[in-house]
Amino acid sequence: MKRPFAISLDVGTSLANLTGSWRTSRPVYVDRLPPCNNACPAGENIQSWLYHAESGDYETAWRTLSIDNPMPAVMGRVCYHPCENVCSRSQLDEAVGINSVERFLGDVAIRNGWRFAPPQADTGKRVLVVGAGPSGLSAAYHLRRKGHAVEIREAGPFTGGMMRFGIPKYRLPRDVLEAEINRIIDLGVVMKLNTKIDHVVDSMQAGRFDAAFLAVGAHIGKRAYIPAGSAAKVLDAVALLRSMEGEDKPLLGRRVVVYGGGNTAIDAARTARRLGATEAIIIYRRTRDRMPAHDFEVEEALQEGIMMKWLSTIKRMDEGVLTVEKMQLDEKGFPQPTGEFEMLETDSLVLALGQDVDMSLLDGVPGLKIKDGVVQVDSNMMTGYAGIFAGGDMVPSERTVTVAVGHGKKAARHIDAWLRGAIYTPSEKHELASIEKLNTWYYADAPKTVRPMLEVARRQSTFEEVQGGLDETNALYEARRCLSCGNCFECDNCYGVCPDNAVIKLGPGQRFRFNYDYCKGCGVCAQECPCGAIAMVSEEI
Amino acid sequence: MTNGTTSAAIQKLHFYQKGTFTVGNRLVSEADRSVQASIDRSNALTCGHRACQGCGEALGARYALDAALRAAGGNLIAVNATGCLEVFTTPYPETSWQIPWIHSLFGNAAAVATGVAAAMRVKGRPEIRVVAQGGDGGTTDIGFGCLSGMFERNDDVLYICYDNEAYMNTGVQRSSATPPAARTATTPAVGPQPGNVFGTGKSVPKIAVAHGIPFVATATVADLHDLERKVVKAMGIHGARYLHIHVPCPLGWGSASQDTIRLAQLAVECGMFPVFEAEHGVVTGRRKIRRRVPVEDYLKPQRRFAHLFTTEEGRKCISQLQAMADRNIAEYRLFDWEGDVE
Ligand SMILES: Cc1cc2nc3c(=O)[nH]c(=O)nc-3n(C[C@H](O)[C@H](O)[C@H](O)COP(=O)(O)OP(=O)(O)OC[C@H]3O[C@@H](n4cnc5c(N)ncnc54)[C@H](O)[C@@H]3O)c2cc1C
Ligand SMILES: Cc1ncc(C[n+]2csc(CCOP(=O)(O)OP(=O)(O)O)c2C)c(N)n1
Ligand code: SF4
Ligand SMILES: [Mg+2]
Repeated sequence: MKRPFAISLDVGTSLANLTGSWRTSRPVYVDRLPPCNNACPAGENIQSWLYHAESGDYETAWRTLSIDNPMPAVMGRVCYHPCENVCSRSQLDEAVGINSVERFLGDVAIRNGWRFAPPQADTGKRVLVVGAGPSGLSAAYHLRRKGHAVEIREAGPFTGGMMRFGIPKYRLPRDVLEAEINRIIDLGVVMKLNTKIDHVVDSMQAGRFDAAFLAVGAHIGKRAYIPAGSAAKVLDAVALLRSMEGEDKPLLGRRVVVYGGGNTAIDAARTARRLGATEAIIIYRRTRDRMPAHDFEVEEALQEGIMMKWLSTIKRMDEGVLTVEKMQLDEKGFPQPTGEFEMLETDSLVLALGQDVDMSLLDGVPGLKIKDGVVQVDSNMMTGYAGIFAGGDMVPSERTVTVAVGHGKKAARHIDAWLRGAIYTPSEKHELASIEKLNTWYYADAPKTVRPMLEVARRQSTFEEVQGGLDETNALYEARRCLSCGNCFECDNCYGVCPDNAVIKLGPGQRFRFNYDYCKGCGVCAQECPCGAIAMVSEEI
Repeated sequence: MTNGTTSAAIQKLHFYQKGTFTVGNRLVSEADRSVQASIDRSNALTCGHRACQGCGEALGARYALDAALRAAGGNLIAVNATGCLEVFTTPYPETSWQIPWIHSLFGNAAAVATGVAAAMRVKGRPEIRVVAQGGDGGTTDIGFGCLSGMFERNDDVLYICYDNEAYMNTGVQRSSATPPAARTATTPAVGPQPGNVFGTGKSVPKIAVAHGIPFVATATVADLHDLERKVVKAMGIHGARYLHIHVPCPLGWGSASQDTIRLAQLAVECGMFPVFEAEHGVVTGRRKIRRRVPVEDYLKPQRRFAHLFTTEEGRKCISQLQAMADRNIAEYRLFDWEGDVE
């Protein structure tokens, strides 16, 4: 070949040397399971919706989110966000404010009137859902999207279950709740209020339903035996909170004592405060660290002037006065009586000792198994009676809105398969993207955004929402704090750091491809991938 | 840009913290992304070269030349000294270079580059820019006379030294850039002062600064944004410019191939390799330490320092190396990272 003067080598000739043959291990792109997704009881793909949110594409983010959970604005207010507890970012500075971004997306969707995509073609199958709480609504949403006809029967006068009859307005404004429930109903779900199911099998037969999903919750307040004088005013917390939804607000008086240490006790005390109680006292038999209530809720209550009496039990209630016994913890951590008593002036006593399930609709249904006051279901969420599924508070559960939503989704998948005579097998979980798989050097420091809180004076007298939301700038910022654990976010690191130029960039949204003709398997890409989305796999030699 | 904040400032991107230190960032505008992030980057040094797995020099050369090529609008000639970079890219009849490239001798790259620049001037092609490049041996030892001449005459060349701290191509012999205590083929790990002798060697970046040339900078393959910015800055200046890039060598250092960038980063974070820049004899900027680590963290993954961890003498050497790092930190004021984002 004739070359110009002084040119001895031709451009591109080294491409003949396929250095890929040197390789003993090869890099492969993987999608590892982010810890947040792994912890979400509703099975949300959090990393994925944050990815869309961080580029400002809120609609895609919301659509990605609502594939798994139809109520982001509710979740962004009441979910106890187990995702944030395991967020890898907390090992750098603080967890990503997943919950606050979720609320932001939910609120944006409501403001813009975004609707769900229409359901798939009708399957001709009919499913009865009993109870319009989060579990029932979630199941209805997922079943309807798959094209089944869904009818919800709800005993109460409103939708929402405990989201309405339990969780107070100051934590979950009702317009938000209604907006998200209506969007589900708009998919073509039939909603029948004030319709209590007394016998589920009969109702299924009468309505020609092919399957049923039960989600009646746990609404019967547990009682404790407390000797009480005839004039003593004793109520239960669920009934109190429920009556807040009616016309006549309950009269509690100036001094209100709430007995119990869970979230319901806290909500009852905070409600009493807002209704005008000058003294709202929570009495709990163990110590603060043993309270089932979440610490942030206890904190918010204390800020509002709720008083707490730990290590105390109530011995009796007479008109206007309570007898309280001091307790002490034994070496096993159980509270034991001390014989020391104290009198407490009280106008009313609210019992918040947990709730039981009203199982009467299941009377006489064969094959059912009930243990510890809840209905047992198999891994498909099906009860012992074929075609009847159950979820939420009435089955073994942590009793949260999010778990209820997750049960609804899971049951819907199994019901859908069951209706087709098939078996739903969930796809295998990917390997966990734990923090050691990440190279966190590449992420800049960025402290978590603090959500605004209503000033205390207004929290003591009104039912206005306590916690504020993020605005667009700080929601964007918060989404961008996500490390994208285990999933490529197209940072170009692999493409840049390869000494052999053996990574091919495919363009926006397309990620990358390895050029194994030249990749020598040095592993720099895997080492320098910030989010742990590259694995090194041994070559078979 | 003011003193001291230059290189830190480039990494500060308000609200784009997601990938602030990564090669690319889909959230910032195309113009603000690195040359290496570009889908149509030139790959001045392309696939098929015979550098070892994880070679820092191959990476550094592509980083630097792609940036220089873009800054020069594609009009660039590279002059290469003998060494790994020359050998692994051009085994006859192959070449991995996708730019005009010439190799002459081990010690004369600076002089050849001066000649090429003069030729372009004579031919009336002043838009064609010239880069000379070589290893630390070719730069700090055998090519040093030519280099100093090029500086002193202020010839219009950007000289880039890829410092892997020894003569790697011929089997890891000590150079005047080899750090004390390092084991090389010519400085075995024996005796009371095992490895390379303390108190020897020199800092060519400092010597370059002393020539008063328009621009001198150090950089590493662990901080691409800083490296590219310095190349662009150098290409915007006429006259003699010097860029000294720290490039880990898995073979010569006895490190794992995947650790190349990590080691370059640790060298900076422990203070062993100060990253700074100077204009006309005055230091004008430094890349501050972001997460300081003891020198051990840097030494440990390298077999050339393994002997330091097994004997009493070795332990003493580590504290001497730590003292060197501390001196660098004091001298270049590498402390007080100003925060990642604004
Ligand atoms: C005060 C309080 C505060 C709470 N705060 C939180 C919180 O902040 N975050 C959180 O995650 N969880 C919270 N929870 C728990 C959460 O509300 C429940 O776990 C969740 O609502 C359970 O959902 P579900 O769908 O199983 O049942 P529910 O929400 O209880 O809904 C069941 C529905 O079924 C209806 N129903 C019952 N029987 C029948 C029948 N026979 N026929 C027809 N309809 C019937 C009921 O009227 C009700 O509407 C709180 C609970 C309480 C009590
Ligand atoms: C005058 C002369 N002496 C010795 C050699 C042999 N030689 C070729 S490359 C090399 C070492 C190069 O070391 P360095 O410049 O540090 O580059 P590296 O290979 O480490 O990148 C030597 C000694 C030579 N080519 N010419
Ligand atoms: S010996 Fe070192 S410099 Fe030479 S090709 Fe191998 S890794 Fe690169
Ligand atoms: Mg060398």
